[in-house]
Amino acid sequence: MLYREAGQFSVRYADDRRFFRLRQGRLGLAALLTFAFLGVPLLGNDYWFSAILIPFLVLSLAGLGLNLLTGYAGQLSLGSAAFMAVGAFATYNFELRLPGLPLLASIVLGGLSAALVAVLFGLPSLRIKGFYLIVSTLAAQFFVQWALTRFGWFSNYNSSGVITAPPLQVAGLDFSSPAGRYLLTLGVVSALFWLGANLARSELGRNWMAVRDMDTAAAVIGIPLLKTKLLAFAISGFFLGVAGALWAFTYLGTVEPHGFDLSRSFQILFIIIIGGLGSILGNFLGAAFIVLFPLLLSNLATLLPAGFIDAGQLENLQKMVFGVLIILFLIKEPEGLARLWQRFRERARLWPLRY
Amino acid sequence: MEFFFEVLIGGLLAGVMYSLVAIGFVLIYKASGVFNFAQGAMVLFAALTFVSLLERGVPFWAAFAVTLALMVALALLIERAVLRPLVNRSPITLFMATLGLSYVIEGAAQALWGAQVHGLELGISDEPLELGGLLLSQFDLFAAATAAVLVIALSLLFNRTRIGLALRAVADDPLAAQAVGVRLQRVWAVVWAVAGFVGLVAGLLWGARLGVQFSLSLVVLKALPVLIIGGFTSVSGAIVGGLLVGASEKLAEVYLGPWIGGGLENWFPYVLALLFLLVRPAGLFGERAIERV
Repeated sequence: MLYREAGQFSVRYADDRRFFRLRQGRLGLAALLTFAFLGVPLLGNDYWFSAILIPFLVLSLAGLGLNLLTGYAGQLSLGSAAFMAVGAFATYNFELRLPGLPLLASIVLGGLSAALVAVLFGLPSLRIKGFYLIVSTLAAQFFVQWALTRFGWFSNYNSSGVITAPPLQVAGLDFSSPAGRYLLTLGVVSALFWLGANLARSELGRNWMAVRDMDTAAAVIGIPLLKTKLLAFAISGFFLGVAGALWAFTYLGTVEPHGFDLSRSFQILFIIIIGGLGSILGNFLGAAFIVLFPLLLSNLATLLPAGFIDAGQLENLQKMVFGVLIILFLIKEPEGLARLWQRFRERARLWPLRY
Repeated sequence: MEFFFEVLIGGLLAGVMYSLVAIGFVLIYKASGVFNFAQGAMVLFAALTFVSLLERGVPFWAAFAVTLALMVALALLIERAVLRPLVNRSPITLFMATLGLSYVIEGAAQALWGAQVHGLELGISDEPLELGGLLLSQFDLFAAATAAVLVIALSLLFNRTRIGLALRAVADDPLAAQAVGVRLQRVWAVVWAVAGFVGLVAGLLWGARLGVQFSLSLVVLKALPVLIIGGFTSVSGAIVGGLLVGASEKLAEVYLGPWIGGGLENWFPYVLALLFLLVRPAGLFGERAIERV
């Protein structure tokens, strides 16, 4: 009943190709965006913005970046955090060394730098695949972190390698309050999701899926492997780079190279496993899970008598539950939370009158 | 020149330590096609269990036996709860499952035994030994000897026993092995148990070297380039790869470090492995994959 398509006909080919074919979907998205842009800044408080909503949005974007590479193009990467770091440090340096450059322009330039680095480390993907490719992306992870710590130039010779956010101003408006940072993040993330979602169903996205499913067969039907794979690395690098810049400047404010270590890469990989490989919605679901789950667990722990479980044990417990969930998801629902949502939608379509 | 040889031999011996971890990978990859990221966590778990038992006054060999029994139990559990439900799934899925597994094992090890650093004394002095004018670490020599014994024991297991025959059959062709009555599940359990044993040995040696602590689980990252260079399917490849990585990273640190800055041993093996892959995508001793459309 909620999701009935009765009475909605496609009268032009363009109708068939719409992202949301049903009016309910389009209205839902419009309502959601309106609420996110207008309602949330009025209703939310600073804790919600800084501790939940901003990291959620940034991690969704990072998840999308990795999902394009791993979920759509099938190239497993463990170097996401390195590309995020490149994005963050490049943005910082563009702001620092080219005074007067608008913030958004330096974020885009930072993303492009990350794309360049990603292509560089993606080059071996032509010759090596699968597990062997992990090495290339891990090389990126370790090399970038080493280079950013080693060469002081990147952090403007800060003694501990820390970079600080530039003034967050876009078109003369100040975005440095928590609500402002939220709006800035939301704007960038929505724009990039629009881009990413459409990329995934473009010719390029279809080529990626063909390469993912079997690259030899893809080459046989005339898909240029070099171009397709490198574009996947470049675009994924761009998204991750922008996510890194947002992570550093709108979420944390100050960041050091160590903030982008291997565990951050794993975190982003978990987002897409839990959310759903090869799904756009899954990035949001996975990121929401990753952000909310530790909060939920620590809140549950406070319900227990004091001293029953200490902070260290809580962290261990959290790790174990995460691991178990990953394995469970892989066994029971390899397509992640996004698939659960799809099932729910199918139910909602017939509800309350089932066959 | 003498200095060069000292660095070289020191590196080779350090490489043996990497090989120890890499062997555990190779065993599992060969028999079940799983790239086991949890090997590092298993090393940590084994070492932490062992050292905690020692600290509670359990004698050395009893602690060794109990830890080994625990590793075998862990292997059985993993086979039952992780591998069996995931049978016939893509290798990448299995890899991600072992990633989850490594979180579970690391969390469990630290929840059980705590997160503080434990010292481990194996009773081998770390005094340098002079051999033919070169200063060598006694401990490294001992580690190398252990690795040699381990490799010989493993090759005896593989080549002289009935279960070894089954292991080789499964590694060669799982379907054919199943058709002639080899029980795949049991082979997996055995192989994970043996990998657990190798992890225990590696954990003891690494633990004596670095102290038993969380960073032990990161040796997995050191073992990766070793595997790449040696190939995923060959035990001797793991040894050769370990020696190559160990020697080259020490030489790079000493001779390249002053030029581009120290601390490059973290990424140098990876770049080396990458260069290797560009020339030989299946490693030195790995099997070449044949692909058909």
